[in-house]
Amino acid sequence: MTRPAAVFFLIAVLGAAAAAADIPLAQRKSGYEFMTRETRAMQDDDSANPATLSVLDAETLWQRKEGSAGKSCADCHGDARTSMRGVAARYPAFNEARGRPIDLEQRVNICRTEQQRATPLAFESKELLALTAYVGQQSRGMPIDIANDAHIRPFLEAGRVMFTERQGQLNLSCAQCHDDNWGQKLAGAPIPQGHPTGYPLYRLEWQTLGSLQRRLANCLFGMRAVSYPYGASELVDLELYLMWRARGMPVETPAVRP
Amino acid sequence: MARALINAPAKAKRGEVIEIKTLISHIMETGFRPDSTGKPVPRDIITEFICKYNGEEIFRAELFPAIAANPFLTFFTVADETGTLNFEWSGDNGFTATQSVNITVE
Repeated sequence: MTRPAAVFFLIAVLGAAAAAADIPLAQRKSGYEFMTRETRAMQDDDSANPATLSVLDAETLWQRKEGSAGKSCADCHGDARTSMRGVAARYPAFNEARGRPIDLEQRVNICRTEQQRATPLAFESKELLALTAYVGQQSRGMPIDIANDAHIRPFLEAGRVMFTERQGQLNLSCAQCHDDNWGQKLAGAPIPQGHPTGYPLYRLEWQTLGSLQRRLANCLFGMRAVSYPYGASELVDLELYLMWRARGMPVETPAVRP
Repeated sequence: MARALINAPAKAKRGEVIEIKTLISHIMETGFRPDSTGKPVPRDIITEFICKYNGEEIFRAELFPAIAANPFLTFFTVADETGTLNFEWSGDNGFTATQSVNITVE
């Protein structure tokens, strides 16, 4: 083998080794598939899924006039069942004005502050979770479709680094559990692949609806790492990477998880 | 007013066994948990649920602190006449919620 060919071979082997950690697209599984029959039944039947209560609240919120502009979500967006179809499957998405990706929670709050001239909703507040669940539900069953263009790529890369870099006192990376050891057990609970297909979701442990950022903060806490405040760009980059990693998988919002 | 969701068939055959599913939004605070300052959070739960079919009680449940938030209760009854199913929840701090659905029996 000539020297350039050997170098090329080496790079190809190393490249393959680095990529081997990624779960092949066809082998990806939603967290749903790791759940017990009983928990699946809760998600399968809207009348058994407590997140439905929030979705019903959001139908009212969607029509409610807010802020000094006196506008409701419906005044601009009309019927959410048509106007919001597929929207959640594309978030986090690049926002021109901010020059970076924003998640659905931030999108709702931008609408509130700029269009409705109202105060932003607090992260994890009932209203924000209800609205994002409602918007998310309109994309149910649709494939996650994250744009991977020149705008988004640096943030996607930052999210990937966050996913694969070790952090915290336990010196763990997200990938060590969710790429390398999914399907194994962690303290008796199955380790899922970590695809955010159903957020915001009703988590039985929380006994309430919660956002992906809350879930991420949970994981970071478990790794004994310092988390970020809600809405931090690091968390949004990670959300973006996770959604891209789950590209093509169907949206389950609002899901139920143990 | 708490939001409640009832899943019961709108139509049934006479004598048919029907499943009724009820879900209500409630925090079901146990009374055993401390808040961030260490003081116990007072108990706030639903304590009783009653279902009446055309005024006649067909199902009753007592609820306790170990029951999770947003209680989901399902039960069965025999559809014997057209009419109304009334659902009533009551609990701590004067909590009450009612809901009703109609059923047509053929």
